Order: sequence, then structure tokens, then C-alpha cells
Amino acid sequence: MTREDQLQAFLARSPYLRFLGMTAELAGDEVTGVLPFSPHLIGNTLLPSLHGGVLGAFLETTALAQLTLTQPADRKPRTLDITIEYLRPGRPMTTFARADLRKVGRRVANVQVEAWQEARSQPVAALRGHFTLAED
Amino acid sequence: MSDPNPNLEAAAAMATTVPQAAALGFSMVSAGDARGVMHVPWREDLTADVEGGSLASGVVTSIIDHCCGMAITAARQQRLPTATLDLRIDFLRPPAPRSGVSVEAHCYAMTGAVAFVRAHAWDNDPADPIATAQAAFMLSGAPAPGTGAAG
Repeated sequence: MTREDQLQAFLARSPYLRFLGMTAELAGDEVTGVLPFSPHLIGNTLLPSLHGGVLGAFLETTALAQLTLTQPADRKPRTLDITIEYLRPGRPMTTFARADLRKVGRRVANVQVEAWQEARSQPVAALRGHFTLAED
Repeated sequence: MSDPNPNLEAAAAMATTVPQAAALGFSMVSAGDARGVMHVPWREDLTADVEGGSLASGVVTSIIDHCCGMAITAARQQRLPTATLDLRIDFLRPPAPRSGVSVEAHCYAMTGAVAFVRAHAWDNDPADPIATAQAAFMLSGAPAPGTGAAG
């Protein structure tokens, strides 16, 4: 299975990711999560801005996708804890995210993820998280 | 427990008028005394994977964030915009297959500009949580840190 096939299989397995409308792109072994805007993702109708939970889920999924692609298939990642930092309102437009695997240990991985919209240098949210890499 | 709190309507509206909350099917269970309880029913299109049948962690993140906002509304006696600064969630275990998820959030402290909230989520028994959370929120009217983060 190619990395692209692995990534598409990861996304297709989750009905919730279809609900979000999230996709992802691959550059070598690096995943870029892509979240096109959709009205049902709005959390604040006055601004308007994306829901904080949507941004958190998008960041977490980008981390899981990156771990899935770089770890053996039997080391299926599961989310242990996440800390989401909200830096700017998520505007009603496409959001991107990339994950940095800071440390991948025998049982736990530490991952940092950043999401941005118009400019990579102006992140809208970031996530730090631990993920278990238990065997299935 | 009946609660004559005038913010009840505002809190209830929060569960249904926000597009993401409506799309996920959130409902308010109770609000008052700086606390809020919300519920999201199980739905197959919100599961992490079809075989497992548990609600996705993203759904849990969304309802925790939302319920924290409702606890602040309950504490402030009115619905004013808030902006989440940070939100930490410990995922203790996945929800049981085909189970909805409930969340209770408590706004236990408020300074002039910031509200501090704790929350826990469960599937069947509040004493057996699936996730616990801690969050800080900027309150409207106060200057938000960073460029353009003000609500």
C-alpha cells in the first residue's frame, strides 16, 4: 500500500471525518490536513468563526494521520491527552495543519500541530498531545 | 432542582442556535450556579470508525468546549461572547459503542478578564468518566492577548 493509499484509507475509515469534510495532502511523508469551510463548522455566528471543538478535532486528526503514516500498521495511535491553544479566530475559509512528531517512543508519542489559514506565519490554533501506540 | 435563573434561556439557546452545536445535536440538560450540563446523542455519522461504533473524540472535544462556554454563561447570568484561550482534555477511554455522551462543566473561578472552567464527560455513569478537561477563556470586553483574538 502506498503512503497516499494509507492516508486515504485513514480518512475513509471515519464517518466523523466525512461529517467534518476534512481531507489531507501528502508531500513525501509529510501530511497537510485540509479543512474546507462549511457553514455547519461555525461556532460563533457574530464574527463568524469556526467552533473551537472543530479546530481541536482537526488538529488532533492531523496528528493521528501523521503518526499512522510513519508508524508500522500494528502501532495504531490513540489519543491520550491534548492541549489546544487558540491564537486567532478561525475565519470562514479553508484551514491547513501540519504535525511535528517531537518524540516517538515505544508506547507513547509526543506531537505538536499547528493550524493556519491565509499565512503559515499567522497560526489560528496549535495543539500539543500525547498518543499511545499500542498494538491492535 | 428548579432554577429561577434568568440565564437559563440564554444557556438553552447556546445548545441549539450555534451551527456546529445544532449539527452535532447538542441539547442542554441543565444550567445554573456556574455549571452547565449538556448531552450529545449517539449517531453513526459521528463515530470514529464504523466497526468500533464509538463517538469520535472530536465530538467529545466540541461538546466539552461548548459546555464550558455554557457554564460561563451560567456564572455571568448572561450570554456574552467568550474566546477559548486553551483547552486540555485527557481522554481516559473511548465512549461505549452506540452511547451518547454527557458533559458537566463548572466555571469555578473568574477574574476580570479570564474564566477558568473544569469539565468531565461520561457515557453511562458520571462517576465513570470518559474524559476530563480544564480550560481558560477570555471574557468579552477585556483585551485579548495576541492580534485580533478579541471576540
